[in-house]
Amino acid sequence: MRLRWRKFVNALMLSSSGLCAVIAVSALFVILAFLLFNGGKSLDWSFFTQLPKATGEEGGGLANAIVGSLQIVAIASLIGIPIGFIAGVYLSEFDDKNFASVVRYTADLLNGIPSIIVGILAWGLVVLPMRHFSALAGSVALAVMLIPIVTRQTEQFLREVPMSLREGSLALGASKWKMIATVVVPAGSKGVLTGMILGVARIAGESAPLLFTAFNNQFWGGINEPTASLPVMIYYRAISPYDDWHRQAWAAGLVLITLVLVANIAARLVLARGVSVPRG
Amino acid sequence: MASTAAAQRLNTKSAAQTGDTIARLVALIFAALVLLIVVILVFKLWTDSAAARHKFGWGFLSSTVWNPVTEEFGALPFIYGTVITSLVALIISIPLGVGAAIFLSELAPAGLSNALTFMVELLAAFPSVIYGLLALLALVPLMRSYVEPFLKTTLGFLPFFRGPAFGLGYLTAAVVLAIMTFPFIISVSRESLLAVPREQREAALALGATKWETTWDIVVPYAKLGIYGSVFLGLARALGETMAVTMVIGNSPEIRASLLAPGNTIASVIAAEFGEATGVHVATLIELGLVLFCLTIIINAMARLLILATTSKGSKRP
Repeated sequence: MRLRWRKFVNALMLSSSGLCAVIAVSALFVILAFLLFNGGKSLDWSFFTQLPKATGEEGGGLANAIVGSLQIVAIASLIGIPIGFIAGVYLSEFDDKNFASVVRYTADLLNGIPSIIVGILAWGLVVLPMRHFSALAGSVALAVMLIPIVTRQTEQFLREVPMSLREGSLALGASKWKMIATVVVPAGSKGVLTGMILGVARIAGESAPLLFTAFNNQFWGGINEPTASLPVMIYYRAISPYDDWHRQAWAAGLVLITLVLVANIAARLVLARGVSVPRG
Repeated sequence: MASTAAAQRLNTKSAAQTGDTIARLVALIFAALVLLIVVILVFKLWTDSAAARHKFGWGFLSSTVWNPVTEEFGALPFIYGTVITSLVALIISIPLGVGAAIFLSELAPAGLSNALTFMVELLAAFPSVIYGLLALLALVPLMRSYVEPFLKTTLGFLPFFRGPAFGLGYLTAAVVLAIMTFPFIISVSRESLLAVPREQREAALALGATKWETTWDIVVPYAKLGIYGSVFLGLARALGETMAVTMVIGNSPEIRASLLAPGNTIASVIAAEFGEATGVHVATLIELGLVLFCLTIIINAMARLLILATTSKGSKRP
């Protein structure tokens, strides 16, 4: 009797844990299905080529937001990747115990800060002195988010380069920086590049830090002007009362999620062993 | 002859050393930049919120007034909204996440487990505005027409499920946050469950425990610090989540007992009002940012300590 009860509990709890896993994974497919269905319905050529129409008018596209996103993310990468990469090299290769652990801790801390607060920082540093919104301010915000991701990923993958390679090149008479530049970094480059791609994919989807830095624009932006971006456009289109704008939000959502999926799956394929998602 | 060769060697050696010193210095400067960013961030949050801190003092944290016209501001409705949505989200996502993590670490074969974990981790990589889009255009109508009326008829005797069902409010925000946090809980909990030594399981099974008893009484307690860590990690994400919450919480600066009522959180009020704010209003929103900053730092630090404690424990006993 007792044994039967225990077996019953065993079966019940194990199958409910399986059910939990099914629910968790199906969340992914439900989200993708919604985006594919609604986004696919509204995605057409003009979405990529036309500017938004005036409020309430049917049609038009989000070409400016696509270009704006590319612009903002490109500048953010130009600022963030070199800083993050070299800081990562420092953490992995010049480990002065105390200072390195302080930097490591601050990088993690910066990684965990809500993105809206990074927006406040960029607003105070760029928008306030310039007195207007600009793509540059958005790029600064995204760069601040990108730096700790790239730093930690670079460090992680350089640390995986076997010590024997380092010792070998030092034994051949290479100086330390030559060893880093010609042996360690090339050996870890696959992982480091993957980390960078994942980091860029992550900031490309950010909208909170852009709300009051790059802001939004119905026309083409510029480095020194308010600039539209896909995530911010999705926000404003989704909260609008117009059905036609909702269609555009779905289409933009589909484009954005395709980008994120491609980057993540490519990263997984490039690395033989799995790299886990950078954790906030 | 020999001495010049030696001198040359000495020269190249010192050149290499200078190169190393320069490389080290450059790397050090870039690493210090990371530190500098955080210092500037804290400094800016502190100085830019000075006007609000001087005007309202500590009473800011306990005041419930929010009136941009008369410039009277209090943080309590937003702190309440942030805490309540995060807690309800965790009530949903902890059982779901830990349950799924148990399945992935104890039952599923390694190949399946890795594939499913990758899919779950993809959820963590989705931009939050995508969650907001789906929540606003798909989940809100569902909550308004089915879930909330159902909760009112079945659990309406509780104060949490009263009032009109708008679809926008604490509960919808909490559901979205639950979906956004369980990938973290699953991924980290699974890792700490996998770090439990095999002998622990074998010993329990050999004593006649069922698979579930082994898991629940032996494996889960062994990994509990890591699981707590995963929960704190999820909590930190939920507290700071902005876009998805802003889009579905209803943006109303009041404290309501009912989970069906519209409210607001710290992050979402900053997102919604910062662009149009002027004067003390700006400083107030920045002070709210400072409050959120402190909250997430504390929660993140606790998460990291707990996760560190388990992973080092697991690796010490192979």
